[in-house]
Amino acid sequence: MSKSNYEVKVGLAEMLKGGVIMDVMNPEQARIAEDAGAVAVMALERIPALIREEGGISRMSDPEMIKDIQKEVSIPVMAKVRIGHFAEAQILEALEVDFIDESEVLTPADEHNHVWKHDFKVPFVCGCRDLGEALRRIGEGAAMIRTKGEAGSGNIVEAVRHMRKVISQIKELTTMGNDELMAQAKELGAPFSLVQQVSKLGKLPVPNFAAGGIATPADASLMMQLGAETVFVGSGIFMSEDPSSRANAIVEAVTYFDDAEKLASISHGLKKAMEGLDIAKIPEEERLQERGW
Amino acid sequence: MNIGILALQGDVEKHGHVLSDLGLEYIFVRYPDELNEVNGLIIPGGESTTLTKLMNKSHFHKPIKKFAEKNPILGTCAGMIMMSKNVNHPLVDPLGIIDVDVDRNAYGRQVHSFVDKLSVRLNGDSKTIAATFIRAPKITKIGKNVEILAEFNNEPCAVKQGQHIALSFHPELNNITLFHKAVFCNKGSINKQESSHAA
Repeated sequence: MSKSNYEVKVGLAEMLKGGVIMDVMNPEQARIAEDAGAVAVMALERIPALIREEGGISRMSDPEMIKDIQKEVSIPVMAKVRIGHFAEAQILEALEVDFIDESEVLTPADEHNHVWKHDFKVPFVCGCRDLGEALRRIGEGAAMIRTKGEAGSGNIVEAVRHMRKVISQIKELTTMGNDELMAQAKELGAPFSLVQQVSKLGKLPVPNFAAGGIATPADASLMMQLGAETVFVGSGIFMSEDPSSRANAIVEAVTYFDDAEKLASISHGLKKAMEGLDIAKIPEEERLQERGW
Repeated sequence: MNIGILALQGDVEKHGHVLSDLGLEYIFVRYPDELNEVNGLIIPGGESTTLTKLMNKSHFHKPIKKFAEKNPILGTCAGMIMMSKNVNHPLVDPLGIIDVDVDRNAYGRQVHSFVDKLSVRLNGDSKTIAATFIRAPKITKIGKNVEILAEFNNEPCAVKQGQHIALSFHPELNNITLFHKAVFCNKGSINKQESSHAA
């Protein structure tokens, strides 16, 4: 595909900056999200917290459900495919979703390969835990990167770990001379040209968003202050006691992420956040972030 | 001249790069009183439903309308939607700074977003540029005091009224400086400096 096509894909990611992308399971939730000021919704049949609870294979959502959500809202509608499942991606492209999340939240379809995203007209977002993983996904054509965090946990600790890791590895690259970059590319397992580019830019060549465990306005602020450019909120909104006011609050918290006084008033009286899980108590084989390579 | 970029949500950063290329100083505006510190404003691309929500919460409508009486504003995509008079969506509350009606996402969803060549007439000069349309809006009705700067498929996509310009595409994504220059650099025609950015 042409360079201009890739730029159009990254362009939409640029437009989503400073916003909140919300997981929704039906048109009613999508309506709440758009009314609250979400910049996009992620249509999925089960939010990560429910996937955790119920188990079983998680697949791409039912096209009918995606269409109903597209009819309900005017903001971009995203949907997830299983890692490596390019046929699901082809179907989502035919449905004209605005962004595809090749996501570890669903059960992987391929244990070695991710989707070759350059083949698609629709842009992709992919999760990462470190810079190498981010650059491998960008090499495959991802137009946006997000931290994996630990989806459905309501626990921010993993998203923080992943964002800090990516940012510190980027900083490290900027201090390196040309003679060190090839060895570093090998170390990271990342395409050399992208390593060079990041070393020069001091940031990822595509927008860098946060996801996985964001449940409060303070969580959103924390991720923005650590360097995220937008946040995804998965289970955090619709597993809370009052989704609408929480959604409104998180939208405002992302814009005013560094204004503690404003955050204090935004966070006031939000009722109960989602329950949340201690990562140490999630057995390693059940951690979604381990999926993808 | 100090320019403000409305930084509630959207592609704020890319506009900053264009202003830097032109040697202009800028600040990010997130509170209405920051409008007092600038003498020009950019309303960037983003989601107009989100922008409306955040502008309402922070009481931006009146101060921006007042600001527009004396100072120039440039809006791109969602920025144009916010500058328009009427929008085809109940969640969007436009400012009525430019006398046009606008349809959101009128070119379709993201798979229909595109880059194409566009011929621009500005201050008696003409240039061809690359224009990026992303889930772009269309102008459906246009007031008699509004000047058309460019058309795509015979439909207006760049307009000027008084000192304000509104675009349904994103010059900031292609490092095109001519619109920013026309709005913020005192009525100069498109000069030679532009040719390096033209497609």
